[in-house]
Amino acid sequence: MLAYIIRRLLMLPVVVLGCIILVFAVMQLLSPYERLSIYCSNPAELKNIDFDVLIERYGLNDPIYSQFADWFWNVMHGELGWSQSAARPVMGAFMRFMPVSAELALWSALPIILGGIWLGSLSAVKHNKPIDHITRIFAITGWSLPTFVAGLLGLFLFYGILGWFPPGQLGLGASAIVRSSQFVNYTGIITLDAVLNWNWYVFGDALRHLVLPVFTLAYVSWALLLRVTRASMLETLRQDYVTTARAKGLEEKVVIKKHARRNALIPTITIAGVTVAFLFNGLVITETIFDFHGLGRWAARAAQTFDLPALLGYLLFNGVLIVFANLIVDVMYAYIDPRVRLE
Amino acid sequence: MTTFLKLIKNPLGLIGLVLLVFFIVIGILAPVLAPPAWENEPYRIPRDGYSSVPKPPSPEHPFGTAEGQYDIYYGIVWGTRTAWTVSLIVVGISALVGIVIGSVAAFYGGVLDEVLMRITDIFYAFPFLVGAMVLTTILGRGLTNVMVALVVLGWMGYARLIRGDILQIREADYVQAARAAGANSLRLILRHILPNAIWPVVVQGTMSMGSIVITAAALSFLGVGAPLGYADWGQLISYARNWILGLYGNPLAYWYVVIYPSIAITLFCLSWNLVGDALRDILDPRLRGSR
Repeated sequence: MLAYIIRRLLMLPVVVLGCIILVFAVMQLLSPYERLSIYCSNPAELKNIDFDVLIERYGLNDPIYSQFADWFWNVMHGELGWSQSAARPVMGAFMRFMPVSAELALWSALPIILGGIWLGSLSAVKHNKPIDHITRIFAITGWSLPTFVAGLLGLFLFYGILGWFPPGQLGLGASAIVRSSQFVNYTGIITLDAVLNWNWYVFGDALRHLVLPVFTLAYVSWALLLRVTRASMLETLRQDYVTTARAKGLEEKVVIKKHARRNALIPTITIAGVTVAFLFNGLVITETIFDFHGLGRWAARAAQTFDLPALLGYLLFNGVLIVFANLIVDVMYAYIDPRVRLE
Repeated sequence: MTTFLKLIKNPLGLIGLVLLVFFIVIGILAPVLAPPAWENEPYRIPRDGYSSVPKPPSPEHPFGTAEGQYDIYYGIVWGTRTAWTVSLIVVGISALVGIVIGSVAAFYGGVLDEVLMRITDIFYAFPFLVGAMVLTTILGRGLTNVMVALVVLGWMGYARLIRGDILQIREADYVQAARAAGANSLRLILRHILPNAIWPVVVQGTMSMGSIVITAAALSFLGVGAPLGYADWGQLISYARNWILGLYGNPLAYWYVVIYPSIAITLFCLSWNLVGDALRDILDPRLRGSR
């Protein structure tokens, strides 16, 4: 077990280095003048100065290996340039936008995981019964519905027509409270801060604004989890040990929950990394539609305004985070499935 | 052929196939259904004025006009061609690249396999949409660049699949028999291994036809994909963004700007997913016998 984890940990720097090289390779598609913006961490530097002097200073005409060494040094020190669209350094923008995205991601993770697993195993247990077909149609429509269509239709129905769930992160009243001096911003995650401040009005308002984006993210992500769980559950239900458990006279509920579902969850865990990537894709769209000022909306705006430092920084951040997510998945996998450890 | 018959017998698969035929017909008949305003630029959506307020369906514009007076009906008809072009080219090229890389890795094994698979891992570390967004921004707006970006970030799944299948099939008795009979490497790969390992790739390709269209449309929606006024479903939906709330007292005032393009894109993806889902059930030997 330990050897396995150590072997996986040793691969980590290799893959992270690969990500950095890849982002660097993408940068080479740009001219030195365009790349300049990725090296400057302060826009004042770019004023009243000859660009050729700056290119010389940052060594952007140097041989490629020395450029890479410089870029690598910058990345390791968190110097990723100045983000025009956020009007602050890229690292500062991360810190500012992170809590908003984290709040959305954390609230969506729970319904996605629990809902996906529950629906998937329900569908398998009732294989080829009406509920199985309904669940599959539900999943396949979610899979076919682009995130931006789901989001817009949600707004159209629940805000335009019914007026229940408005876009934005907070209503006017709640946002005034959050900005006031009585409200302490511990984490930047509004729902958490509201609980810590014991302010239930803000908590309720934040929740109300979270319903639509969370449901949009969940609806388009459920399909994958549901499918994998269903397929693996169908296979597990046909195993000999499940038949044995039934033959022993165990209740069907116990057979499904304790004997079948636990084992069926192993393949589901392996796609957790993919789900994280899915969530990042979804955040770009949902934050743009629902006007949440988080990482995803920042990246979308950066793409629209050609804010390269922000884009490359975000790409790198996504890559590294997913590599870590996959590492955690692999370790969990080894912990749960003894066959992996013994290899 | 039996696969095709089984596909037709599967109700959901049949619905998917019928819808696909429908979209093929629309794509082929586009010049008849919506005669282009400019002979040389059929993908440019004609505009009826420059007002930003959408206009409801009328005999002239059967689906109404979007923000900027773009004709929604025209955009949807020619957008079908865009969807077909993007999905076929991207899925075709990425499957080809993936198959070559995966087969080489599986067949030669050793260090080459390790290196190729680690490269695959690295490409996999980037979320599809985010990566495509960054790449298209850098390459510049336009459909060709969108397709390049989608291929660069889309081949890895095929490579992994085909590698796994080949590793399994390579040890099968019939391959060993062919080898013993004196078949060379190329013949072994092309005649004996690939035809048997290809099916999961076909299913994967079918399933990703829809998601490729979704991602390409999402890029247009975000404003980094197809150029302004280009017949593309994502673009049409992005014109709808400011108008979903309707008017005071009449929330449904601008329903047509959202509903028509949404239906087009969702149905296209749905039909591919239905076919893909049915195909997988038919081809997956583990599920055989359960029906």
